[in-house]
Amino acid sequence: MTTNTPPVDVQVAEPAAPREDYLNCSKGIMSWLGTLDHKRIGLMYLIGVGFAFLAGGAFALLVRLHLWEPEGMLFTNQTYNQIFTLHGAFMVFLFVIPAIPGSLGNIVLPLMVGAKDVALPRLNLLSFYFWLIGAVLAALAIIMGGFDTGWTFYAPYSIYTDHAVVTIGMAIFVLGFSSIFTGLNFIVTVHKLRAPGLTWFRLPLFVWALYATSLLQVLATPVLGITVLLVAFERLYHIGIFDPRLGGDPVLFEHFFWFYSHPAVYIMVLPAFGIISELVTVHSRKPLFGYKLIAFSSLAIAVISFLVWGHHMFTSGQSTYAMFAFSFLTFFVAIPTAIKEFSWVATVWRGSVALNSPMLYTLAFLIIFAIGGLTGVILGSLNVDLHLHDTYFVVAHFHYVMMGSIALAFFAGLHHWWPKIFGRMYNETLAKIAVVIIFVGFNATFLPQFVMGSRGMPRRYATYVPEYMPYHQASTIGAVVLGSGIALMVAYLVTSLFTGKKAKENQWGGVTLDWKCPTPPPHLNFDDDPTVVHEVYDYSALDYDSMRRDAT
Amino acid sequence: MSHDDHHAVMIPAPGPEFVDHEVPHHFNTPVQEFQAGKLGFWLFLATEILLFGGLFAAYFYFHEVYPETFVLGGKQLDWKMGALNTSVLLLSSWTMVMGVRSAQTSQKRKTLIYLGATVLGAVIFMCIKYMEYSAKNEHGLIEFAHLFDGYNEATGQLPWFTDHDGVMADVPHGHMFFAIYLTMTAIHGIHVIIGAALIVWVMFGTAKGRFHAGYFLPVDLVGLYWHLVDLIWIFLFPLLYLVP
Ligand SMILES: [Cu+2]
Repeated sequence: MTTNTPPVDVQVAEPAAPREDYLNCSKGIMSWLGTLDHKRIGLMYLIGVGFAFLAGGAFALLVRLHLWEPEGMLFTNQTYNQIFTLHGAFMVFLFVIPAIPGSLGNIVLPLMVGAKDVALPRLNLLSFYFWLIGAVLAALAIIMGGFDTGWTFYAPYSIYTDHAVVTIGMAIFVLGFSSIFTGLNFIVTVHKLRAPGLTWFRLPLFVWALYATSLLQVLATPVLGITVLLVAFERLYHIGIFDPRLGGDPVLFEHFFWFYSHPAVYIMVLPAFGIISELVTVHSRKPLFGYKLIAFSSLAIAVISFLVWGHHMFTSGQSTYAMFAFSFLTFFVAIPTAIKEFSWVATVWRGSVALNSPMLYTLAFLIIFAIGGLTGVILGSLNVDLHLHDTYFVVAHFHYVMMGSIALAFFAGLHHWWPKIFGRMYNETLAKIAVVIIFVGFNATFLPQFVMGSRGMPRRYATYVPEYMPYHQASTIGAVVLGSGIALMVAYLVTSLFTGKKAKENQWGGVTLDWKCPTPPPHLNFDDDPTVVHEVYDYSALDYDSMRRDAT
Repeated sequence: MSHDDHHAVMIPAPGPEFVDHEVPHHFNTPVQEFQAGKLGFWLFLATEILLFGGLFAAYFYFHEVYPETFVLGGKQLDWKMGALNTSVLLLSSWTMVMGVRSAQTSQKRKTLIYLGATVLGAVIFMCIKYMEYSAKNEHGLIEFAHLFDGYNEATGQLPWFTDHDGVMADVPHGHMFFAIYLTMTAIHGIHVIIGAALIVWVMFGTAKGRFHAGYFLPVDLVGLYWHLVDLIWIFLFPLLYLVP
């Protein structure tokens, strides 16, 4: 139409050259594989843990489909054992532990402290490659015949079983060092690379949470390392320390394993707490209620979590007095955890809540984590645990924490920082639909497991008596719904990279430093070295222009 | 300021036989680089101590369960060889300290001599360790040729522990002491080899003139690592050779 034709004398602006950012500042596969840029390493981690999550999720769906019928629908018992072991091992070691620190932490933490990179960029890249070697070894273990020990590798079965336990053990050893390197890097970065004016109590709570996580990674993971090494030695030359035939003690293995693996629960969940702390304040446009309480409760959790490992072993044979102590300390660790939950709810209370997709994930987290946390206290009480030990009640409890809380917090953080990382926005309507599907599917999967667990359905069984069939079928339907929600999420996130609208400089109106660098950030993060003059979460300092202006 | 015109901080070389050190771009000052390296390395040393902590925990637990086995097992080790190795490592820690000091004072030749002496200490240590292992091999206490032959369920025999002199015949699970001895000293031995390799690596850097009064962080850190290797042996020696 002629009316749409601009008059000839109008000055048409030169198309501006795209601003240089970390994604386009250098090209070629080698500029990625050999990069020392924390944001690129974080992205490679994101892709890696994303695939690990999808693989672990596929194994989970196979488990649930198999359990549709009491006699099992798909596999022999032997294969079933391998499938649930793969699900657990992939999810725990390749996804949940590295996911948030490795991807979002790597990208966001240096931005939040106003640094140009993490303190030790080479170690950061090494951490990613150790993760990759771990993943390759895990895949190799599958090819070599798989493993059927469960993700806990309890002796003496892990010594006797005729499978690739040594290979997967090496995978876990290498993954452990990957995790140590990330933690070590974050500790040094937070101590040494904070911007001028950024005091400890001006640090965003995601940084505090990652700091506490890192302490656990550095101090607990080596014990797991030596434990899997000892299991490997047991199989290779029969040291005998875990092998009752040779005068060893399998319970010692459990002590070693849980000395790491209980703190590991907090290695997994503390970063999730950090994301939620960030998101409740930004999307409620209100300073956090009880900032210092949340910060110190992370540290308190880190300390106490070293003293509660025995609550996994109430039925394994340990002294009654030890059990009293472990049970009491388990109740005790619930206090700093509950402080966080109350602080988050109090932050949302009377805030100016924006019900966008990151906030919907956050609200889903608050509900699910309340259930996951409280059922943990139930399991921490001695007499109840004797009944519930190794039932689906335990399975439901830790999935409410690991899947419902940690993975949902990861999704929340992913949606929150997605526009910052890629400079593109996903389809918000589809995102909201996906949250609802995931929330409904998740609860449909795991609420029935609480019920059948409390009625005695043991975990890890390939078959069951028909009385449990309704619960199993409800759970399987839930799992399919949950899986389709996640598939939808993956689909709109990936398409947003190509067709998504350009993100705003400050998409949600955050006031921490991660929202004050350009979108997407340049190679060295900030155009000028930042100085911090405001208290953290001081929304009076918000630059509203940055929320209107499109990224250029 | 984009990263093209970002000026790197340079530490000038103190003399013609040395080279300048460029502080990596993400640090603002050389002090920041030095402190970050130090803190990171101390944290890494903590993980090493915890790794060995698991082995020490296993040692103490089974020492408690089978005290006679451990006392008798310890008597089969040659405490004189152990003491000799302890002195070798202590001496090499001293040469390491002198090497670091020489690097800090930009004395290239002295640095190379002291670091070379430390590597020599590592080699002597491993040779003595080899002789000790051979002796255990001859007495059937650790038969390396049969180490990975598996466990004979039917006879209850471990092929690598035949004990043909019958020295451990009267105590329960005699192999347990030697298994723990082998595991702890072998993992420590691997650390000795890694430490020696790291020292050789900083010797190359020293020869190229990379380390001097302005920048000596890698020498310093490798020194710390070597002291840790030494320290762990200081605990292993009395626990294994002089079993209380
Ligand atoms: Cu626990």
